[in-house]
Parts: sequence; C-alpha cells; structure tokens
Amino acid sequence: METFQEFLQNWPAGRRSEAAARATSADVTAVLDKLARHWLSPEDFLVLLSPAAAEHLEAMAQKAHELTLRYFGRAVSIFTPLYISDVCTNQCRYCGFNAKNKQPRRHLSVNEAAAEAFAIADAGFQHILLLTGDAPKVSSPEYIADVVRRIKPRFASVGIEVYSQTEENYRMLVEAGVDSMTMFQETYNPELYAWLHPAGPKRDYAFRLAAPERAARAGMRSLGVGALLGLDAFEQDAFATGLHAWWLQRHFPGVEVSVSIPRICPHEGEFEVTHGVTDRELAQYVTALRCFLPRAGITCSSRESAFMRDHLVPLGVTRVSAGVSTAVGGRATEDLHNPGQFEITDHRSLEQMMADLAAHGYQPVLKDWEDPAA
Amino acid sequence: MRDDPLVIGGVTLNSRLFIGTGKYGDDALIPAVADASGAEVITVAMRRVEPGQKGVMGHIPPHMRLLPNTSGARTAEEAVRLAHLARAAGCGDWIKIEVISDTRHLLPDGYGTAKATEILAGEGFTVLPYINPDLYVARACVDAGAAAVMPLGAPIGTNRGLQTREMIAILIEELDIPIVVDAGIGLPSQACEAMEMGAAACLVNTAIASSGEPVRMARAFGAAVAAGRDAWLAGPGAVKKRGEGAEASSPLTGFLR
Repeated sequence: METFQEFLQNWPAGRRSEAAARATSADVTAVLDKLARHWLSPEDFLVLLSPAAAEHLEAMAQKAHELTLRYFGRAVSIFTPLYISDVCTNQCRYCGFNAKNKQPRRHLSVNEAAAEAFAIADAGFQHILLLTGDAPKVSSPEYIADVVRRIKPRFASVGIEVYSQTEENYRMLVEAGVDSMTMFQETYNPELYAWLHPAGPKRDYAFRLAAPERAARAGMRSLGVGALLGLDAFEQDAFATGLHAWWLQRHFPGVEVSVSIPRICPHEGEFEVTHGVTDRELAQYVTALRCFLPRAGITCSSRESAFMRDHLVPLGVTRVSAGVSTAVGGRATEDLHNPGQFEITDHRSLEQMMADLAAHGYQPVLKDWEDPAA
Repeated sequence: MRDDPLVIGGVTLNSRLFIGTGKYGDDALIPAVADASGAEVITVAMRRVEPGQKGVMGHIPPHMRLLPNTSGARTAEEAVRLAHLARAAGCGDWIKIEVISDTRHLLPDGYGTAKATEILAGEGFTVLPYINPDLYVARACVDAGAAAVMPLGAPIGTNRGLQTREMIAILIEELDIPIVVDAGIGLPSQACEAMEMGAAACLVNTAIASSGEPVRMARAFGAAVAAGRDAWLAGPGAVKKRGEGAEASSPLTGFLR
C-alpha cells in the first residue's frame, strides 16, 4: 500500500504554494457551491486555504457552522491531558521539554500516575490523554501500558500523545486499553523538520510521519494528527495536515480521524516564530478543515485563549480540553513547580468550561465513548 | 391514529415517530422535544450513557421506551457487547444494532449487522437493525429474528431526505415486518412521504436537534408522520398518466356503468 509519505510527494511545496497563490475569488465560490453536492478534493481544500479565500471567510464560516451542526450537533466533548513524565532526550528547538533546558524533571511511577489520573476522574473527567517526553528507556511502552491498565477502569477513553511507537508496541498499547493516539508531525517540511530536531530519536521524520499508519494497523480506534502552526508557512502545514487526515480516512475507514490545530506558544527557551498564524488564518483553517473533512473531529487545546476557543466552536471545533496543566504532578502528588511544556492561555476549570459552553448554546459532553471491545 | 397501533416485539405504540437524543445543545431540551413530537420511542447511544450518573438518561421522560443503540461498534461482537451493557444498565431489551466500520460515510455493515441480530435475537432482545435498504441484508435480518428493520433514507446526519426511496419501497413491498426509515430524513415532508409509501415509522434525530427550534420541529415531524400514515391507510387516488386525459369527479355517464 502506498504510504502517506509517498502520497505527499505528489504535493511538493512548490505545487502547494503556486496553487494557493493562483486561486481566485471565483474558485473559492465554486468550491463552496460544490460543497452542497460533493465531497471536496485536496485541490479544493487548498483553494479554501488560499489568500483568495480569506475574503470569503464569513461564507466559509457559515458553511462550516452548518456542516458542524449537521454532523456533530451542538455537542462538544471535553478531555484533559495528564503529563506523566517530562524526561526527554530530544532537543526540539521550540519545546520546553528540550533535553538541554536545565529544569527539574519528573517521571511519575505507575502508582503516582494512577493517583494523578484518579484525581482527574474524581473531578469529573471521563476522557483523558496521557503525555510523556521522548525517553523510551524511562517512559517505556511497557510503562505506558501499565499506567493505562491501572487507570482504564475509571475512564470512558484513554488516549496517548507520546513518542512514535512501532506497530508491535501500538498493538500492545491497544490491548492495554488505549483508544486513541495523537501524533503531531510538528511540520511536514522535511528540511525544516531536520533543523528543528537537531538531536534525539524524534529526528526521524519518516518514522514519525508513519506513526498514525502503524497505530491504525495495530487496531487503534481513533487517530489525531496536527502540525504546530507557526513553524512553516501557513498554507504548507495547514494543507499537509488536512491531507494527512483525509488520506488516513480513506485508507483506514474504520478509524475515527481528528485534527488538532495548535499554534506555537511561549515556552522555556528562545525559539523565534517566523511564520506566526493570525487569528483570522486560524479561523480560516478551521472552516476549511470542516468543509474538507465534514466528519472529522477538530480539537482545540488550551494553547488558545478562552475567547478564541469559544468562537472557534461554532466554526467546527468539536473537542476541547479543560483543567489543563502541562507540568508533571500536582493534582495528587508533589508538584515540583516545573515550567511545563509550554504556557497555556486558557486556564478554565472543567466547571468553567462546561458553564461557558452551555452559555453559548453548546452541550459539554463528558462521556462520548464506550469501548465495545473492553 | 388511536385505532392504528404499531406493534413491535409485542409492544404497542401509538406514535410512529421515533426520536433521538444526540446533537442537542442541552439535553434538558429532550423532554419538551419528546412531548411536542408525541414520540414514544427514543434512541440513545450507549457511548453516551454514564452508569450511575444522571447524564442524558436523566432527561428521558419515564413513559418513553428506550431504544439503546450500539454506536461505536465496528463488528458484530462489539455490538453484542454493547447490547449486553445496555441491558445491564437497565435500558431494557430493545436494541438498535449499528455496526459501522466506515467513519467517513457511516454506512452500516450488513453482514456484521445480520450476525449481531442473530445472536441478540437468540438471547431474547427485541432487535431493530440499522441497515442499508438492501433486500438481501434485510431478509437476512428478518431470518435472524429482527423485530423490525431500519433502512437509511440517506447517510446519517445529511438531512438529504429519501435518497433511497425505490429501495425502501421494495423492502416495504417484500417484507412482512415493520420498516422504520432511519437516517437522512431532513424535513417533515420527507417523513410524510416515507409514511405515505407504507413505512411503519420514521426515526428522526438530526433534523430536529439541528433545527432552529427543536421543539417546534419535533411537533412538525409528529404531525407529518401522522399525516403520512393517514394517507397510506386511506389509499391514494389513482394517478392518470399523461395523455390519458382528465377524469371528472362526477362523470356524466356514470349512470351507464
């Protein structure tokens, strides 16, 4: 089977840039008209990400809102992340976990991780996302599986956002009870990726890019992909991310695919953002994604402000986090006051998030999964 | 309508509109929607049910018959497990089988559906399988013990109406169990059309939940389903083909017949 990396080669950066620059206002109108009759093609998606489409943002938003209501209604799922280790061997230039950063590190034991997770469950969350740094000898796949087995009975779903695994390891994690995996490619630009990841196992672009495929083959029910917006030119990574989700949907039709839309946040370090994504561009991205992938979940993390998150929900966001801490520990075990992976912007608690969603006419959904294989 | 009950699995229903619980901005709307629609059957996804918690279940009027569904199941075995969970959670013995392994189009897997139907019907469940309107799959479900079949009018959530009209008409003509049109109905007129065709009932969720005024739309669907049923019972007048000329309602030569 053709891999996504092979498929992506049909869309070199130059082709993407030229197509986006060539798109006209009439092209955008034609794509929006087509939406009533057909699924959109990758070419159509690129038109919706183009500068020409920026002038049609309200029309795109109306379409995206209509599609979101039709396929997801006014229900928004809530989850929370749990960092169980920030020990990391990578030197990603944009990340607070960078191995070179001198900061206190913490790796929770299985018991400590379970205590943290149970505190989260006691707070009312039913969907949890486990995160670790990239340190396979410390946060081994077996360790992650042990944590999952311990906490699974208290949660409707357990997701992982950890370093790339082999297919065999993904299978073990699925058997331990993992329902979903999220893998941020960070950037789909291989040259930029190499520069951003000067050392550590994450340097292997191809291995990371194919991680969702391996997870799907291993039986993972839900896959999430995303680029860290701000690393490369907007239309480049936005397009590649949507294309990745689209390709996964077509090749693994039994798997639910979602897209995360993180913009780079301040962190411990001195990375300079050269391709900052504006609020309008983020809104354009969400509306374009919804039009291109009507049934895909769209996740918006607490990197975004409460104001932005509240306003992105009607445009297509279907999943949000709440009660977020990017530091390890602190909920039930000792907090070392480490700075976390990045600074979050939306500090709302679960109760606040639920109240705010309800105030905007949306239903906060705490349980939206019952593992039929458990 | 009082003298025209629908009987499924030995249960008598006076309303032929089934409603859903998904996609509302607030589950607290459900009682008013149920009341306005007149529906007696309501479907709820087991993936949303929180054992021991109020959740969506706390908003379902007690007089309504629960039709838990197996949303999220990709295989017959998973559907069976969710049905067992539904029964253990006190949701009763009715179950809507959903076996879907295509998340892009959400089309049901007929083979898995028929297999789950056979297992669960054998265990005493009242099974209502959600299917493509395929005569062979429908017959397999009937042979497996389905109490009714639920063919889609259009893909779930699309509000596109009776795109599968001809296939549903064949199921109505060929099968002796209730045909409940499920998925795709976007307007009361489309539900009415399904009922005029002879469907036994319609299940509507998205069209109500995503409308501007769900309660008002629920009332409209209740009226449309009742009207369509009445029209089916009354039997439509003959339709003359083009070129056959008009026929006066009071022919002058009638005395010669």
